[in-house]
Amino acid sequence: MPDGGVTGLFQPIPSQRHLSRLCPGLVALLVLPLPSCSGNHSALDPAGPEAANIAQLFFLMLVGAVVIWLGLVASIIYASRKRREHSEESAGRVILWGGAVIPTIILCALLSYGMWLMPAIRPWVPDDHQVRRIEVTGEQFWWRVRYFDEAGKTMFETANEVRIPVGQPAHFSLKAADVIHSFWVPSLGGKMDMIPGRTNPLTLTADREGTYRGVCAEFCGESHALMAFTVRAVAPDEHEAWLAERRASSPQDTEGLAVFLNNGCGACHAISGTAANGRIGPDLTAFGERSTLAAGTLPHTVEDIARFVAYPGVIKPGVKMPHFGMLPEDDIKTIAVFLKELK
Amino acid sequence: MVELGNFSPEERAAQEERLRKVWKTPGGWRYWTSVNNSEIGLWYGVTAFAFMLFAGLLGLLMRAQLAVPNNDLISSELFNQAFTLHGTVMMFLFAVPIFEAIAIFLLPSMLGARELPFPRLSAFGYWSFLLGGIFVCGSIFFNAAPNAGWFMYPPLATDKEYAGIGADIWLLGLSFIEVASIAAAVEIIVGIMKCRAPGMRINMMPMFAWYLLIVAGMILFAFPPLIAGDILFEMERMFDWPFFDVARGGDPLLWQHLFWIFGHPEVYIIFLPAIALMAMIVPTFSQRPIVGYSWIVLAAVGTGFLSFGLWVHHMFTTGLPQISLAFFSAASEAVAIPTGVQIFVFIATMLAGRVIFSVPMLFGAGGLAIFTIGGLTGVMVALVPFDWQAHDTYFIVAHLHYVIIGGMFFPIVAGIYYYFPFVTGKKLSATWGKTAFWLMFVGFNVGFFPMHFSGLRGMPRRVFTYPEEVGWDLFNMISTIGAFVFAAGVMTFVIDIFRPKPETMERNLNPWNAGTLEWTNDPSESWGMRSVPIITSRYPLWEQPNLQADIEAGRYYLPDAKSGKRETLVTSVLDAEPIQCLRVGGLSYVPMVAALALGGVFIALTFHWWIPTIICAIITFIAIMVWLWTGTAQIPEAEEVDVGLGLKLPVYVSGPASVGWWAMFITMVGDGTAFASLIFGYFFYWTVHVDFTSGAVGPGVSWPMAALALFVVAWLLTIAARQLNEKGPAGCRIALAAGMLVTIAACLAGLAGPYFHGMDPTSNVYPATVWIIAIWTVAHGAVGVIMQAYCLVGSLTGRVTAVYDQDIRNVTLYWHFMAFTAVVAFAVLGLFPMVSA
Repeated sequence: MPDGGVTGLFQPIPSQRHLSRLCPGLVALLVLPLPSCSGNHSALDPAGPEAANIAQLFFLMLVGAVVIWLGLVASIIYASRKRREHSEESAGRVILWGGAVIPTIILCALLSYGMWLMPAIRPWVPDDHQVRRIEVTGEQFWWRVRYFDEAGKTMFETANEVRIPVGQPAHFSLKAADVIHSFWVPSLGGKMDMIPGRTNPLTLTADREGTYRGVCAEFCGESHALMAFTVRAVAPDEHEAWLAERRASSPQDTEGLAVFLNNGCGACHAISGTAANGRIGPDLTAFGERSTLAAGTLPHTVEDIARFVAYPGVIKPGVKMPHFGMLPEDDIKTIAVFLKELK
Repeated sequence: MVELGNFSPEERAAQEERLRKVWKTPGGWRYWTSVNNSEIGLWYGVTAFAFMLFAGLLGLLMRAQLAVPNNDLISSELFNQAFTLHGTVMMFLFAVPIFEAIAIFLLPSMLGARELPFPRLSAFGYWSFLLGGIFVCGSIFFNAAPNAGWFMYPPLATDKEYAGIGADIWLLGLSFIEVASIAAAVEIIVGIMKCRAPGMRINMMPMFAWYLLIVAGMILFAFPPLIAGDILFEMERMFDWPFFDVARGGDPLLWQHLFWIFGHPEVYIIFLPAIALMAMIVPTFSQRPIVGYSWIVLAAVGTGFLSFGLWVHHMFTTGLPQISLAFFSAASEAVAIPTGVQIFVFIATMLAGRVIFSVPMLFGAGGLAIFTIGGLTGVMVALVPFDWQAHDTYFIVAHLHYVIIGGMFFPIVAGIYYYFPFVTGKKLSATWGKTAFWLMFVGFNVGFFPMHFSGLRGMPRRVFTYPEEVGWDLFNMISTIGAFVFAAGVMTFVIDIFRPKPETMERNLNPWNAGTLEWTNDPSESWGMRSVPIITSRYPLWEQPNLQADIEAGRYYLPDAKSGKRETLVTSVLDAEPIQCLRVGGLSYVPMVAALALGGVFIALTFHWWIPTIICAIITFIAIMVWLWTGTAQIPEAEEVDVGLGLKLPVYVSGPASVGWWAMFITMVGDGTAFASLIFGYFFYWTVHVDFTSGAVGPGVSWPMAALALFVVAWLLTIAARQLNEKGPAGCRIALAAGMLVTIAACLAGLAGPYFHGMDPTSNVYPATVWIIAIWTVAHGAVGVIMQAYCLVGSLTGRVTAVYDQDIRNVTLYWHFMAFTAVVAFAVLGLFPMVSA
């Protein structure tokens, strides 16, 4: 059982229930102000054990911080308003206890908890461990995603959207093609940098099905702000079916494909089962399945695809893709429809 | 007990006339040749404050852009330049220089000195800072500002297509300013150690002096790694040496280490002086000495030490092994303890005193409340798992602004309200002050508190826009409104400073009834202390009766300026026994010329204008030589002078008794730190690669060993020259001349190793590292030759004699460090490849 060591070390917390029990008032304060959207992109609304543990840690520290802060402000106010001067000895005791002893005790306790938590939520997975890995490479300003089998062989490539099975750890190998990026899905866990020349491992688990938003967290250039991605957590059997479907390349032959190829799109983009095999830009196989466009920049509609094909550099400054606004409007429309329907 | 002086009113008037003439600040254009600490301090402060307002405007620009989602007010390119410059300017052009300014302004008066020991060095630092600052800030008006973040991570910042000339402006402009900072650190350390009033033993120093001593020491160890990093970085950008290029063996993480070895102590470098101001303000407004003097000193020292062991907490998400993360997490938590002690020392002082709540205390207490929130979130992010979520999000933006604005900006404003009467003789308005405070306090919290939430709800830093559907819009709108309210508060404060104030009738030098020495100074006179008192307590104005009147009556040391030169007392390091009457530099164009020419070197380098670079370098060299030759180690007209109270002190001392020797020592400690950073780089590459030479040829063994041996011989010859000098000039001159020749040979041998082995520094990081260490050492050898030549010429012209041997002793001290550098450098380059193979 390849993943036994990982999940066995650690019992995932059923995140929602646990948090509300801990401090319902705070949760309400922090999560409710904008209920419409907190679902898929918040460290305070966890959907996985790493994020849940960290959120719990945060709420714990928050309670402590509020108490300490109120105590400190109260003592400043008291010290400036008191009627009678205290003796130097009693003031000295304030320094000893308030400044040294109590903080040392609190910090030692907190640190011990943090140290215990670290290996618990990010257990060590040896490099030669036989697991399926998902390699994500940060590029300016999108994500190249490769699925590997247990033997480390590439199964297929995709971009800007990652599918993982619910309840099973997803093992990511994080790389960078050009500059430093950082891979972050707040609802599932903390971030990990993608550094040229290095491969950083990260294991994330989703507790419940859903679509989670991720972003690049390390400043990476002009369109750093427009470099998001989507993680879809689906039922394990559905995931297996999807993997199998994606490994079998289905030949395509439509009018749209012809326009796509004739205008040279295939020089940079690949579509499995077609003559398009470019490796510079994102792989577009099954593009129609994706929920966003241009690494989370635009909604996935025919109009937006057309808009992006025509003027990518306007929508996303600094992208490598040239403008295709000079093409006949019909061609752009055909390409957009073709891509939107590409399964 | 010594008998105090006693002068008739006529004698006093004559003394004052002479003092006034000696310390006079000229008018007209010549005003700018002033080097007096009160002028330089004021210019420094006003300039730093102006840079702060500029960076604040950039902050408002960013807040306006982020007020609503998908905003297109400014382009992503301008936004990226704006946040890079905002951070850079706030850190390098405001936070550090404002403290150098305050220190230069206040320290002499606090310590009972007339002047800091190297006023021309302060002036040089100021002009460097001004020119470098304008150069860096001005770039944004040409759309050429640095745009890769104030941390300048490669490979983004080494990418010439993305980070164009802006990155060079950052590297060269800031290196230039870092030089100025180190100059100020040398000045501050020597000033605090050697220029205290007689009797002010080290355990009687005002808190401010303790803190500044610690901070200046930290600058000495924190800035050189960044300078070393800047050198590597600029070599990559200018000559394609691949220090951070993975394809050729480089590693972008080395920059992150060097940057944060600087960057984290930097936080405490800006925070501790603010606490120092609080440590002056709180006792005054509690009307009692500080409670726990040794507690707070030890805590400050502890903070300084710990701050060098925390840098990796900026790198918790880079994938370093968890064991090292745990170590740095523990160290980061530990630093909260001395910080807490310092805060509780203030609370204890207030508890034991009778608190008068005025505007400086309002800003101080408000700042403390804000800073504590930043400190508590700091404890949170120091915990590795939480940092995995919070790192590089708006939570960190909130955290760092709570720390810096609460821990540094509010105390500075408190300090300005407190010290305004010291500078101008008039208080600022309490009404305006309270208005400014509440606008700033409320505006700040409204602006920055919501960022904790937007950050944890997933908003990363340094984004020029954000989509509507993720739900960050309300938080951002609130933040923007708060930021503008905060800015209104800052403007209120600025207007209060500059608005015309009514003349006050009564002359009150000490309006807050403070206990420390600086409040005896009359701001309308430029001589500082009227006479240098004997100090017997920590709060002399409270505990030494009649002190103010005695100082003003000239009853203490140096009541007169008969020599017509600017004089101050030098005392021993621990016990502050008077040992020298130091003559400090007066009005001069030379520091300004030297600074502007050196600035020219850096600016010309940015644009690769090689000929102007060389011309400016020659002007800089000549200016520095003129400065040294005409302004230092002057042979006095008499061995000893009367400093008053029956005490005669030498005017010329050399060796460890002299301020110059200490300045050399301190400078070389900083220099050694930069060298150590380069050696750290060498071994860093060794640890990250299986074969750190990547199969490339090394410099061999024989040439490096020859260089090592020759440098050691040159060092021995320099020592011999110093000792022979005591017997007579002939042997000394021969030893110096021989030393020069051997040094030149040593330099050539040092370069011969990599040169004759055909090491191409652009091919791989290993040859590049070897070259950079060799060049560093040889450049120091070249400086060593110049120093030997300077002493030789000094000996030939009778400037260096058996008695007046300051120059040759300082040069020998330089050579001790030089020899150490050469031995380490060439042993590593020549022998280590054999050991590791």
